[in-house]
Amino acid sequence: MSLIENNTEQCGNSLTRELTQNPLKKIWVPSSRNGLPDRHISQKKVCMTNCPTLIVTVGLPARGKTYISKKLTRYLNWIDVPTKEFNVGQYRRECVKIYKSFEFFRPDNEEGLKIRKQCALAALNDVRQFLTDEGGQVAVFDATNTTRERRDTIIRFAEQNGFKVFFVESVCEDPDVIAENIVQVKLGSPDYTHCNTEEAVADFMKRIKCYENSYQPLDEELDRDLSFIKIIDVGRRYLVNRVQDHIQSRIVYYLMNIHITPRSIYLCRHGESDLNIKGRIGGDSGLSARGKKYAETLGQFIQSQNIHELKVWTSQMKRTIQTAEAVGVPYEQWKALNEIDAGVCEELMYEEIQQRYPLEFALRDQDKYRYRYPKGESYEDLVQRLEPVIMELERQENVLVICHQAVMRCLLAYFLDKTAEELPYLKCPLHTVLKLTPVAYGCKVESIDLKVEAVNTHRDRPTNVDVSRLAEEALLTVPDHH
Amino acid sequence: MPRELTQNRIQKIWIPSKDDKPSMPRAPRGGPHLANPPTVIVMVGLPARGKTYMSRKLTRYLNWIGIPTKVFNVGEYRREAVKHYSSYDFFKSDNEDAVKIRQQCALAALRDVKNYLTEEDGQVAVFDATNTTRDRRDMILEFGAENGFKIFFIESVCEDPNVIACNILEVKVSCPDYQDCNKTDAMEDFKKRIECYRMNYQPLDPDQYDRSLSFIKVIDVGRRFLVNRIQDHIQSRIVYYLMNIHVQPRSIYLCRHGESQHNLQGRLGGDSGLSTRGRKFAGALAKFVEEQNLKDLKVWTSQLKRSIQTAEALNVPYEQWKALNEIDAGVCEEMTYEEVRERFPEEFSLRDQDKYYYRYPSGESYQDLVQRVEPVIMEMERQENVLVICHQAVIRCLLAYFLDKSADEMPYLKCPLHTVLKLTPVAYGCKVESISLNVEAVNTHRERPEEVKRGPSTLIRRNSVTPLTSHEPFKKPRIDGLDEPIIREVMPAQLALCSASHTTLALSTQNWLSEACLT
Repeated sequence: MSLIENNTEQCGNSLTRELTQNPLKKIWVPSSRNGLPDRHISQKKVCMTNCPTLIVTVGLPARGKTYISKKLTRYLNWIDVPTKEFNVGQYRRECVKIYKSFEFFRPDNEEGLKIRKQCALAALNDVRQFLTDEGGQVAVFDATNTTRERRDTIIRFAEQNGFKVFFVESVCEDPDVIAENIVQVKLGSPDYTHCNTEEAVADFMKRIKCYENSYQPLDEELDRDLSFIKIIDVGRRYLVNRVQDHIQSRIVYYLMNIHITPRSIYLCRHGESDLNIKGRIGGDSGLSARGKKYAETLGQFIQSQNIHELKVWTSQMKRTIQTAEAVGVPYEQWKALNEIDAGVCEELMYEEIQQRYPLEFALRDQDKYRYRYPKGESYEDLVQRLEPVIMELERQENVLVICHQAVMRCLLAYFLDKTAEELPYLKCPLHTVLKLTPVAYGCKVESIDLKVEAVNTHRDRPTNVDVSRLAEEALLTVPDHH
Repeated sequence: MPRELTQNRIQKIWIPSKDDKPSMPRAPRGGPHLANPPTVIVMVGLPARGKTYMSRKLTRYLNWIGIPTKVFNVGEYRREAVKHYSSYDFFKSDNEDAVKIRQQCALAALRDVKNYLTEEDGQVAVFDATNTTRDRRDMILEFGAENGFKIFFIESVCEDPNVIACNILEVKVSCPDYQDCNKTDAMEDFKKRIECYRMNYQPLDPDQYDRSLSFIKVIDVGRRFLVNRIQDHIQSRIVYYLMNIHVQPRSIYLCRHGESQHNLQGRLGGDSGLSTRGRKFAGALAKFVEEQNLKDLKVWTSQLKRSIQTAEALNVPYEQWKALNEIDAGVCEEMTYEEVRERFPEEFSLRDQDKYYYRYPSGESYQDLVQRVEPVIMEMERQENVLVICHQAVIRCLLAYFLDKSADEMPYLKCPLHTVLKLTPVAYGCKVESISLNVEAVNTHRERPEEVKRGPSTLIRRNSVTPLTSHEPFKKPRIDGLDEPIIREVMPAQLALCSASHTTLALSTQNWLSEACLT
C-alpha cells in the first residue's frame, strides 16, 4: 500500500471543504468547488470582542484624559484594532470659533451648556458612524464626562447601538502634576493663542473649578455594574471593575504599564553586516569592517550622552550582539527582536528573488505589510511578535534597542503612529540612531547620523507592481550593492 | 576591544568568549528583564478565600514561563508540628500554646523562603497563609527588608456565602484535618475556624496604613481589583494573570491534527495535508465534539493546513493562531529523523542531550515555544470551553502548563495522534481524561534515549531559568524546637478516598490533596 497519498482524496464526509492558500498572506482558507475562496475565516489571532467598544474617559481637566486617549488609540491601531478618538473639546472649538474665557464653562452659563451638550451629541453621532458604518472597532470618547447624568446618556446611547462601554477615569490631586500638564499641553492649545502664560494658567485653573462642584467620580458602590478602570495619581493605584472581554483586559494591562516619567528611547540597527554588503537579505552574518567601526562609534556616542541607567536590548542575531558588545554595557538578548524571517528567500539578493520567485516578489510590492514570505513572516506577524517588546518599552525608562530594518520600522510605526501602509517603507538607514522623546501628546524624533559609511538597504515601492511586469521594472528600486 | 562571539551549541545563543572558551554570558535569556531582587508574594485573607488556589495557579504559571517559583504553605508546617487536628479551638486567638506553635510555623516557613531565594536559585516565593493581621505583615516586611527581597501582597476578599461554601466543599472537607469527620461536621468546624480569624482581621488599607505597599486586592473572585504601586515587570505580569483567570466550570480539549502525509513518511514539520486516516479522525472528532454537548465551544487551530483541515470537519467557526504553529525545525524541516541523523549528526545528538533548551539551527526550541504560546495560555484562561487543535510539540507545552510538568519532562510528554485530552479544573489542579477516538495512526513519539549520558549542563543553564514543578516530592518542612516530624507519605489509594468528587484522578503531581492549605 502506497503511503504517499493524493491530496484531493476524499474520505468520509464529502461535504468537507477543500483548502486553498491565500497567495499573499499564506493563510489556508476553505474554497468552494471552483477553487475560489469561500467564506472568509477570521484571520485575526483572536477575536478581540464580538461587538464594538466605546471607551469613555472621565475626569477633571488636565488629568491626562487626552494623553491617555491618544496613546491608547495609537496602541490599539498598531495591534490592528481599528480605533479612533473623538475629542469633544475639538467639536466645541468648531462650534465656538473664538474662546474668550473660562466663563464659557461656568455651570450657570446656559448658552454654554447648550452648546457643550450639542457638541457631545455630535461627537457621539460620529462615534456611531465610525463603529457601525466605517468598520471601526473601538471609539474613544474623550471628554470630562464628570456627571452621572452625562454618563447615563452615553450608556443609553451605547445600549441602543449595541456597543460595550468601558470607562477610563483619571483622578489626580497632585498640584505639581496638574501644573505640568497645563504647561505641556494647555498653553499651546488654540484656546490660548492670544494669552501669555500667566493669563492662560489662571484662566485654566478657573476652568477646572467650574467642573469641580458637579464632579461625581465613578463610585465602587453606585457604579458597581459598570466596567471601568480608575487611574489614581498617574498610575500609583488602579481600581478595576468588571472587565468584560479580551480587549478590555488588554486595555487595562496597557494602561497599567505606561508612565510619564521623562526618558528617551534610542532605536538603531546593527552595524553594516557582511550580507548587507552583498545585497543579501536575512541570514546571521557578522559585522563588516565598517559595521565594527560603527559599533565603536555608537559606544562613544552612548558614553557622550551620559544616559541615566540605560538598558540595552539586542536581538539574538550575531550582528546586533556584536554591535552591543562595543557599547560596553550589559545588554539583554530578545529573540522577539530578530529580523523578519524571509523563509525561502533567506540570504538571497533581490535579483535572485525576482528570478526564482517573480510572483512572490510582485505580491510583496502589492501589499508589503500583509505579505508573508513562503515559510517566513509578514510585517503583520512581526507586529504581533513585537508587542511584548513594546509593552516592556513602555514600562522602562531609558532604553537603546539595537535591532534590524523591518523590526525597527515596526517599532517606529508604533511610536510615530504610522499606518500599516507607511510602515514597511519607513526609512531606517544603517549607522543612524533615532532618539525618541515623548513630548505633549506625541514623540519628538531626532535622527543622529554617526557618520560611518554603509550601504543603503532601503528599497522603495516600484511603480509597476503587477505580476506581469518585467524584471527590470521590478528591480528598478533595488539599492546598490557588490 | 570588543569580545569575540561564539554560538552556544544547544541554544544557538551568541555569547562572548574568552580564550576560545565561552565565558559567562551576560543576561542571555531571550526574555524581558526580570526583577533581579527575588520577590516574596504574600497571600492575605480569611480562610476559604482562594489563597491557596491562587498561590498554586500563579506558581504553576510562573514556573512555566521560566521563573523559578515555589509555594510555602504555612498550614502544611502546622500539620507537621501538630500531628492530629482536633477542632477549631486550635485557632482561637486566646489559645496561647497554639498561637505560639503557629508563630513558629510561620517563622520556619520564612526561613525556608530565605533558603529557597538565596541558596537554591529561586526567584519568587509564595508565602501562603492568612497573614490577616498588621503585626504578621509587618514582620514579613521586616524579613523582606533584611534580606533584600521585594514584597508583593495578594489579598482575596469575598463575602459571598455561596462561593465560600463551595470552596469549603471542594477543598476543605476532604483535607487531612477532617479525614475522620463527615461532611456536615467538617463544614461546621471550618466555619467556626473562619470566625476565629475574622475578629482580628485587618484588611489591607490602601488609603492610609498600607498606602506605600505593593499589592493587589482581588474582590469577589475577580469582579473588582484594587492595584497599588506595582514596582516591576514581574508584578505587572502577576497582576495581568490574576485579572485573567476565573473559576467558572469549563473544559479544555487538546488534540493534535489528524495524521498527516508527512507523519506517514516520518517527516518533521512542513505543511502537508491529512492522510486518509487523518480525515477519518477529523470526522470522528466532529462526532465526539457533538456528543460532548457543550454550550459555546471555541475552536482554535494553528495556521498549518493539517490542523485547519481537521477543524473544517467540525463544521463550526474556528480561529487560526500563528502562535499555535508547530515548532520550527529550521534546517531540519521536512527531513526524517534518519536524514537528520545522517546530515546533522551533532545536532541530532545535542537535541537528545537537552531537548527543552535545544534550538534547531535557524529554528526554535521548546523554550522558544513556551514564549510564543504564552498569549494562547492567557486567552485560554479567559475563555470557557475551548478545543485546541494543534501539534505535538505545541500540545506538550500546553499540557505542561496545565499539568505542572517541568522543562525536563515537557519534551517527552506522550501526546499521540488521534487522541483527545480533556482537562477539567478541579480543586487545586486539573483532571485529565485521555480519549482515544479509535482511528489508527502512526506513532510519532520519540522516547528519551537511554544511552545518552546527561552531559555537563550547558553554561547557559546557570544563568537561565528552568521551569520547575511547584512541588518537590516528599520534601517535608522541618520545624525547630519541636519533635522530629515523621515524614508522612500519602499513598495514591488514600488520594482516591479523600477525593471529594470520587473520580479517579490521573494527576501528574502527587500530594496535591495533602497540601490543601489550611493555616
